[in-house]
Amino acid sequence: MNHLGTDPAIEARGVHRIFGKGRKQVDALTDVDLTVADGEFVSLIGPSGCGKSTLLRLVADLDAATSGTITVFGKTARQARLDQEYGIAFQQSGLLPWRTVAGNVELPLKLHGVPAEVRRQRVAELLELIGLTDFAKSHPDQLSGGMQQRVAIARALAESPRLLLMDEPFGALDEITRERMQNELVRICAETGAAVLFVTHSIPEAVFLSDRVVVMSPRPGRITGVVDVRADGMVPAHDRSAGARDEEGFFRAVGEVRALLHGTPEQAVAARGVDTR
Amino acid sequence: MAQIWTRFRAVILGAVGVAAVVASWDLYKALGPEQGVLIGDTRILPRTTDLAMPHSWEMLQRFTEPVTSLAGAPDAFSTVYDASMFSLGLAARGWLIGVVVGLLLALVMSRFRIIESALLPWVVLSQTVPLIAIAPLVRRWGSAVEIGGHVWTSEDSVAVIAAYLAFFPVAVGALRGLKSPEATHLDLMRAFGIGWWRTLLTLRIPASVPYLLPALRLGAASAVIGAVVAEVSIGLKGGLGRMVIDYAVAASGDPAKPWAPIFGAVAIGLVAAGAIGLLGLALRPFRLTGVAQ
Ligand SMILES: Nc1ncnc2c1ncn2[C@@H]1O[C@H](COP(=O)(O)OP(=O)(O)O)[C@@H](O)[C@H]1O
Ligand SMILES: [Mg+2]
Repeated sequence: MNHLGTDPAIEARGVHRIFGKGRKQVDALTDVDLTVADGEFVSLIGPSGCGKSTLLRLVADLDAATSGTITVFGKTARQARLDQEYGIAFQQSGLLPWRTVAGNVELPLKLHGVPAEVRRQRVAELLELIGLTDFAKSHPDQLSGGMQQRVAIARALAESPRLLLMDEPFGALDEITRERMQNELVRICAETGAAVLFVTHSIPEAVFLSDRVVVMSPRPGRITGVVDVRADGMVPAHDRSAGARDEEGFFRAVGEVRALLHGTPEQAVAARGVDTR
Repeated sequence: MAQIWTRFRAVILGAVGVAAVVASWDLYKALGPEQGVLIGDTRILPRTTDLAMPHSWEMLQRFTEPVTSLAGAPDAFSTVYDASMFSLGLAARGWLIGVVVGLLLALVMSRFRIIESALLPWVVLSQTVPLIAIAPLVRRWGSAVEIGGHVWTSEDSVAVIAAYLAFFPVAVGALRGLKSPEATHLDLMRAFGIGWWRTLLTLRIPASVPYLLPALRLGAASAVIGAVVAEVSIGLKGGLGRMVIDYAVAASGDPAKPWAPIFGAVAIGLVAAGAIGLLGLALRPFRLTGVAQ
């Protein structure tokens, strides 16, 4: 439906982000090049402080790069933000506690002048999608952490963006809820066809969800390698099922990501194969 | 169901609290030494004479008797009631002015960091000036003001002084409330592409309600105290302030009488607090703050 454009969802070229000055200077991002194709699922992984959130915030135009260019669907990041080209979700759900679940999901639509009737329909669709139809009138404090995150994701999807930006959205959830949420996210992405930039520090999560996993390292924050999960024999991210976690390609990709994170040279990685865990 | 029970229990506990105060008053009066309790030369508990401590029922009964011994004098209750309404009206005017001023101050302080740095110390300092010092100033400056043929009255002076006390908690509370949203919420508003004004309406003002309600209640109490005290400082007749002074004179012959306007002051304080309670009820959804994880 949304695959008309030839522009990639995200294109970052030579991006630097430096915080502070002098002795307190932090090179949060150094010379980052990254392309996310339309409809592609890309994860950023790396230890804390390697600049994952910073990169995501630059794409979202919540922060500005010190140098370099970022375009989103061929537009400047700022223009893309103003045009609502992306939906965003964070580790904290960021739900407004005084609004009901339905009220939170419809908030972006309301702010952008969508008529009430259209809003109502869209909210019903979205609540159906995340399986929380019965909770439309509840307030966020009546929901579990996982349910709140689902509401936050529904809100991010409200305006049918072609790009989703997610910063550790499942980071505060327990392992069981987390896997269920990952399965749901795959399904949701398949239904919407949106491109996703997903920040995490869980290796299995990154591999299971992504077409490509971008590995980063800190001081200075930079990209140290990219693992193409499809090249390891996995189907495209949108077509996966829960069983993909047991496939050989999954373990191979996990091993490659792990090797990159721990600084092993890339050539060695391919040779080591499945049983390096 | 549980909520009704909680309400009910609060009412019961409140009644028990009042009864306990009344009982300890009369018990102490009955059992305490005539001269009160002294440590060295310092009296730490009052004398228990009828003059110093009338019986609680005498103080109540006093409301039903005529104010003065003059023929045709109205009963004390209606006199105190009229004075209470007069003072409450002035306090309400002062509260309203104080709330508007306090909210505006909080708004500009939350918008411009530099104004906050410049203004906040003065806001705090303003409350250290004693009321008796500002009363004559307000009256003098007020009399120089003439807006559209409106002549400045003593009532205006009292309302302004009440406002002077009321604006402070409102300004401080509203400022904290407006600055309370988390970074995630602010990022989200920016991602939605809405500017300062709509972020204010969508996020900052609703988020400030839990901070604002206690501030408004504090402001109401300050306005009541401010109005009563200012009536004395300004020399305005008709309210509880002057009544407290006037009735104190009668203490030697009519010991229950000075207590009447004091109960009036307590009553309008309760009315003011109750009004804010109703406001809180109307704003109930906005008092939800927790997003339980
Ligand atoms: N607003 C900021 N001011 C100063 N330093 C920052 C700011 N945001 C991030 N940093 C620094 O940049 C680095 C990368 O941060 P971040 O992108 O949050 O890492 P990650 O999300 O990968 O854990 C860290 O060293 C962090 O301290
Ligand atoms: Mg982060």
